[in-house]
Formats: sequence, C-alpha cells, structure tokens
Amino acid sequence: MADLYQVENLRLSLADMTRKPPFGAAPRIEVLKGLNFCIPRGEIIGIVGGSGSGKSTLGRAMVRLLEPSGGTIRFDGTDITHLPEADLRAHRRRFQMIFQDPMSSLNPRHRVSQIIAGPLALHGFDSIGTKMAEALDHVGLPRHFATRYPHELSGGQRQRVGIARAIALRPDFILADEIVSGLDVSSQAQVLRLLEDLVRDLGLTLAFISHDLSVIRRLCHRIMVLHRGEMMELAPTAQLFAAPQAAYTRDLLEAIPLPDPDQAWA
Amino acid sequence: MSFLSIRNLCLALRDTGAPLLRGVSLDVAAGEVHGLVGESGAGKSMIGKAVLGILPRAVAVTAGQILLDGQDLLALPPGERRRQIGRMAALIPQDPLTALNPSRRIGPQITDRLVDILGWSRNRAEARALELLEEVQVNDPARVLRQYPHELSGGMRQRILIASAFAAEPRLIVADEPTTALDVTVQKQILRLIAGMQARHGTALLFVTHDLGVVSKVCGSLSVLYAGRVLEQAAMRDFFAAPRHAYSAALLAATPKYTDPDGSLTPVPEAILAQVRAEIVAYDAGISGGKHG
Repeated sequence: MADLYQVENLRLSLADMTRKPPFGAAPRIEVLKGLNFCIPRGEIIGIVGGSGSGKSTLGRAMVRLLEPSGGTIRFDGTDITHLPEADLRAHRRRFQMIFQDPMSSLNPRHRVSQIIAGPLALHGFDSIGTKMAEALDHVGLPRHFATRYPHELSGGQRQRVGIARAIALRPDFILADEIVSGLDVSSQAQVLRLLEDLVRDLGLTLAFISHDLSVIRRLCHRIMVLHRGEMMELAPTAQLFAAPQAAYTRDLLEAIPLPDPDQAWA
Repeated sequence: MSFLSIRNLCLALRDTGAPLLRGVSLDVAAGEVHGLVGESGAGKSMIGKAVLGILPRAVAVTAGQILLDGQDLLALPPGERRRQIGRMAALIPQDPLTALNPSRRIGPQITDRLVDILGWSRNRAEARALELLEEVQVNDPARVLRQYPHELSGGMRQRILIASAFAAEPRLIVADEPTTALDVTVQKQILRLIAGMQARHGTALLFVTHDLGVVSKVCGSLSVLYAGRVLEQAAMRDFFAAPRHAYSAALLAATPKYTDPDGSLTPVPEAILAQVRAEIVAYDAGISGGKHG
C-alpha cells in the first residue's frame, strides 16, 4: 500500500468552553469540517493556514492526541480513528511529533540523555545508549551534549533534541508543528535542512505545519491550505506557488513581507 | 536633532560581568522608524529595555548615555527618570496575551497610564480610550472597553496594546517584535496600522525584529546587531540594495523568500560567524587595553 495515511471526511468538534452556560453542556464548535486526503509514504506535506484554521487540530488528530468526531483516519491500512488508548500504544512508536516550543516540550529537570532515552525505554527498545548516541549524530549534536540540560542549549539546539527524541524511535511518520517559528532565520535554515536530510536518509514521511508559506517552499512536496477547518487547496508545491487556485492562498502569499523594499505590499 | 540618541551604550550581567551590549550608538529622529535586527541573543531587545528603563535586575549599564530629547536619562535620579520615560516613551510588546492583565477589563488597562502619568480624570481618559480604539479600527469600541482580554483574538489584543502605547501621545515608541505571535495576514494589518499611527502622530519608533522582510516594509533605517555590537547601520534602501557587512549579506541570504523556487535556505556560513566573532574579540581587547593604559 503506497499511502501511509488515508483520511476520509475527517470531522472534529470540541466543546466551546467560552460559551458554556453555568449549567448544562457547552456548545460544540466544529474545528475540522470534512477533510479528505492521502499522504503517500516518503512524502513531505505542508499544512498551512492562519491562526484558528485547524491546522494543529488536524495534526493532533492524525497522531491521535485528539479523537475525531466523524470520518476515518487510516494509518498504514489500520483504522485508528477511534482506536482505544491501550490499542493505540502499539502504534504510537510509529507516529511521532516534534513540538513548536522546545523549552516547554523538553523536561527542564531531565538531561538530554534522559529526554531521548525515555521514549526508547517506554517502547521496550534494547541497547538504548547506542540508539541515543546515533540519534544525536543524526541531528548533528556532539555526543557529550547528552549530559546537558535544556536550559544550557540554544533554541536551535533544543529543537534538534526534540527532533532526536522523535527519530530515535525509528517512526514511519513525523508531525512537525510550527517547529521553526520560534527560531531566527539562520537556525531556521539549519533545522529545515536537517529535516530534509533526515527524511531522505531515514525514509520518513513528514507533515510540516506552518503559518508561513515561505519557510516550507523548499521542504515540502505538496502543500495543503486550510481555512476555518476546510481545505482550500491541496497542490504540488511548485504549482501552488506558480498558480494558487484559492483566493485565500493568494491572500496568504501576498501578506508575506519579502525582504525587498520594492515589493508591492498594499 | 534626534529625539532618541544612544551613545556608546554598554550593558553587562551583574554577576559575571559578561557584556550584553558593546558600545552601541544610534539615533532616531521624530517621525522616523529605526529597525534593530539580529539573531536571538544579539541584544536587540536589551536596547529597547534600556531606553525604557525596564532592564532585568541582573543587567547593569556599565557605560554610555541614553539621551531622550537631549536629556541623559542615566544621569537622572531613578524617580525622575521613570517620570520622564513615562511621559515621553511607550512600549508595544511582543506577546499581546501576557502583556494584558487577564483579570481586568480592557478599559482601565488603557486609561491607567493617562490617569497616572498625565493626571487626567477618569472620564476624560475614557473618552480618549474610545477615540483611540476607533483609530486602531476596533469594531464596537464601547463594548470592547468592557471586555476581558480572553474574549478577544490575538490581532485584536495587539490593536489594544497599540492604542494603549499611543494613548499618552509619547514621542518615542519601542515596538519589541510586535507581530511575531501573529499569523501573516494579521501581521500585515498590524504593521500597516503601526506605520500609519506612527506617521500620523510623528512618533519616533524603535522597531525590534528578527525579520528583514518586516524591516523592508516599516523601517527607514536599521542597525544590524551581533553579540551586542552594531555591525552595520544604514538607510533601509541602501541596505537592501547592497548590505556593507558580510554578516548582513548572509543574514539577508538566510531570510526565506517564497518567490525563490529553491526556497533559499542558507544558514549564515561558519566562516562569516568566525569573522564577526574575531571583530568582537578585537573590540573587547581594545576596551580592556584602553582601560589599562
């Protein structure tokens, strides 16, 4: 089977606690309104949209941190849409996540070694020390960094630790949720290049969530544009930039400030 | 005559003496927008904090002058310095959620400064707040004044903070990465709003950002910082036409451009970083050399 993910008519609604009456149930808001797409093995797919577009919710549903309220998600042929947590555990190793803010997603009291080794131990791997060292090599961090704490690292290095933790488990799929938006441009370029190499070398499939179309042009094979829980467009990257079909995609592109004083930006 | 003039400003950590700013000088005239650009840790936010007198306790000014309207702030006693800064300067912060008090309504959070600093009556301050919210294009301003921060979107909260910054008609505003937390379409609206307000009010604006794309849209001039040292100061158009410092050129090359089919992901080369570090070491050696003889 060529497609790692098959998503059909995916719906997800959440309780709107800001409008909950004092007694009785909170009204539901529909965050994802029926999404259909497939992700072939080895693809890097970009998911873009403004804040509140549902891009992070979609990502969290795909790695089943959230349970969809309708539709199906098939991962490598298995229907994981409503799989209970106990059954999911066997699959969790295979889809990993890298988070936006490495400071809050790395335990400040754990050394880098514990951060990377923890999930390996949890999933019953052996020769954990070797696997941890390999993971550090893969993300280009010196092995002696294993003894450091997150606060002793720069933002770019912390994000590399987050990546090492995810790839150490040899997953099939990685979800990267806005992982470079907290970094400055030079570290951004380094982390994106690293991801590109890892996907190629380890045969990963990657979903890259971002609000900024300019950082994902080089990385992604296809790009999905979300707006208010609906898919506006899903197109190969070159095509999306050359001839965006949806008006919303054009708005997103035109809003990006290019480092060029002569860009028409009115 | 520049409204803000920083001369040879040096900051260092109190406990270790590690330098944070190394002899920074810059000028911002009324009605002018000056961008402070650099990677994280370059010291760009520290300059803004020093000007507003809100440096963290751990940081000390070790040398230099900060002249606001010709008056050296650092020479004033602390109370007088706070009064002067409060009257003449204001901040647009980065994160609109943490900058607003979650347990207070919007109205008093804008009017406080008018009552405290300018000694206005509550009524007069409220009328002004209403005007300001209209100026920052908030719908139904009377209702928003009675709302709490959590009821508003990120873009809306940033509008409130812009209104609040301009409320007391400051002559200088420090904007510290004001759009980093917003998505691109909202960022565009907010940047145009800030630029429009700044031009109308003739405010001097010190604009801290790591995004050269943003600089090219709002700033008239800029300083490029690395390790607390200004590597290059230039008029905006000159800079984008031909950056003078090799590091500036590399930073520009590292900035992603969606129009570039290759996606242009070029980190700043290690050789250039080595060159910049050598410049910093030479500067530090010059300073300590001067001290001893």
